[in-house]
Amino acid sequence: MIPGIGTLTQDTLWCFSQVKGTIEIGTTEADIISTVEFNHTGELLATGDKGGRVVIFQREQESKNQVHRRGEYNVYSTFQSHEPEFDYLKSLEIEEKINKIRWLPQQNAAYFLLSTNDKTVKLWKVSERDKRPEGYNLKDEEGRLRDPATITTLRVPVLRPMDLMVEATPRRVFANAHTYHINSISVNSDYETYMSADDLRINLWNFEITNQSFNIVDIKPANMEELTEVITAAEFHPHHCNTFVYSSSKGTIRLCDMRASALCDRHTKFFEEPEDPSNRSFFSEIISSISDVKFSHSGRYIMTRDYLTVKVWDLNMENRPIETYQVHDYLRSKLCSLYENDCIFDKFECVWNGSDSVIMTGSYNNFFRMFDRNTKRDVTLEASRENSKPRAILKPRKVCVGGKRRKDEISVDSLDFSKKILHTAWHPSENIIAVAATNNLYIFQDKVN
Amino acid sequence: MSQKQEEENPAEETGEEKQDTQEKEGILPERAEEAKLKAKYPSLGQKPGGSDFLMKRLQKGVWGIISYPLSLDVLLCVDKIEGETSYFDSGDYNMAKAKMKNKQLPSAGPDKNLVTGDHIPTPQDLPQRKSSLVTSKLAGQSHLIIQAGVQCLLSSWDYRHVPPCPGNFCIFGRDGVSPCWPGQS
Repeated sequence: MIPGIGTLTQDTLWCFSQVKGTIEIGTTEADIISTVEFNHTGELLATGDKGGRVVIFQREQESKNQVHRRGEYNVYSTFQSHEPEFDYLKSLEIEEKINKIRWLPQQNAAYFLLSTNDKTVKLWKVSERDKRPEGYNLKDEEGRLRDPATITTLRVPVLRPMDLMVEATPRRVFANAHTYHINSISVNSDYETYMSADDLRINLWNFEITNQSFNIVDIKPANMEELTEVITAAEFHPHHCNTFVYSSSKGTIRLCDMRASALCDRHTKFFEEPEDPSNRSFFSEIISSISDVKFSHSGRYIMTRDYLTVKVWDLNMENRPIETYQVHDYLRSKLCSLYENDCIFDKFECVWNGSDSVIMTGSYNNFFRMFDRNTKRDVTLEASRENSKPRAILKPRKVCVGGKRRKDEISVDSLDFSKKILHTAWHPSENIIAVAATNNLYIFQDKVN
Repeated sequence: MSQKQEEENPAEETGEEKQDTQEKEGILPERAEEAKLKAKYPSLGQKPGGSDFLMKRLQKGVWGIISYPLSLDVLLCVDKIEGETSYFDSGDYNMAKAKMKNKQLPSAGPDKNLVTGDHIPTPQDLPQRKSSLVTSKLAGQSHLIIQAGVQCLLSSWDYRHVPPCPGNFCIFGRDGVSPCWPGQS
């Protein structure tokens, strides 16, 4: 935890840094970004898209002569992680869309990440090659085999430097373990195991073993007619390798301890905010469904995102969250149309900053929101091409709910619901954020004074 | 979503309900929205929105059978459960199949790419779908997809890749599976 950084004070200004992707009217479906994740040092930034491709950006080394410009992110590697499949036995079409990417902590010169689609998790190794052997006896420089009869002398091959090549190879494929669609993966703090969660089950894997996994949570009822909730997200505790949480479509979070039993169907802690029954409506359950759950870096708090709010829970208090932040409460009067255009089912994610003092989440109209937990200030910013001049300061945006609209405000009815920011990421130690706006990736930094 | 395509049948109760909720609108905008929704779709399930969506969520991507068997041997599967329906004329298909009955199906050869018209494809003579090598636009034009190492994921069925157009359907016959796609009669 780095004290003192990442507070939304009066002086914190966010500036545009970079945008990746093309400006197109009518986006190709495959280009829609479906996940964004920084690695543990913040040096690498990975994105996954609906076409099953992963693009990794690397931060360039900061040069001494450009003190005011922080390192930019440039393409490091790109590869096709998943392909579309069709399961003939179950008549099931398996999308190649990358649902989640999770980095493993770096243990040697290579980088490792897990990427998953609906059914299969893969471990990818991304490594650099900057030397190659030259001077083979049996092959010539182009790799063609030499006629042994022409070889009269022997030489020892030597390693010579070459242009940097970054290779991505699939090292493990963890398949055929999920009947339903995988929504989360989470690397354990022991760096030996990880879990994958689908709608009804959570499996525990060892990185070395691909043909077996342990089922640790199973909420499938004996009779499917009795199904009332599904698992929506799951994560391991950042420090305790026996603890994990999972959220449900009913707005509850369960914390489980793997030391208690092999099958963690019985939770150790159950987090639920009591609801006033008189407030109940047709939409109550839908908007209470938790779309994302994240542990704080400290491991003391969890943050959950439901359709209209972000909540921070203390692990020591199960009966209600300690903080609730309204993301876009003005949508409450639009629920009918949001239900009709399916937007009410959008799954927004939420992130912590490095010091757990600020939280961020996305909204519609390419807006995203940040909440400072200490000062209780919040800000709404927009990811748009109009503010795309280098180091241009982002102007706070405001949505007006009442009748009278001020000059810079935007009314609720003018919001573009097709421009949604579902995926964002925050650098682990600095004020650099990555925001995925449909097919474009925006990178913002705070102003360097 | 089929639930939403229902006739509008304005009922008396919803009128009253609407009046009530409009009085409370300032306090409970959700209720006003609920009334709006019920006015549009009165037969919407009485249970709170949730369970129907759960089943739908679990069924995502599944190709459901919505047509009765045309013959004892053949079932038609259409309509991917996610609101994307594809329509086809089963009569034409049946005609084509009848024509094909006595014809010797071509094995792999010059006809390999002929998958239009009266020809009914079998798994053996399908062109293999190449893996996508279109670089993501995030990576820019200059970056090629470098994938070293062998990716050996497929089992013995090596025609698992579906052609990239929506609205496909499969014919499940007693003697084998025949995929079919639009544009083919």
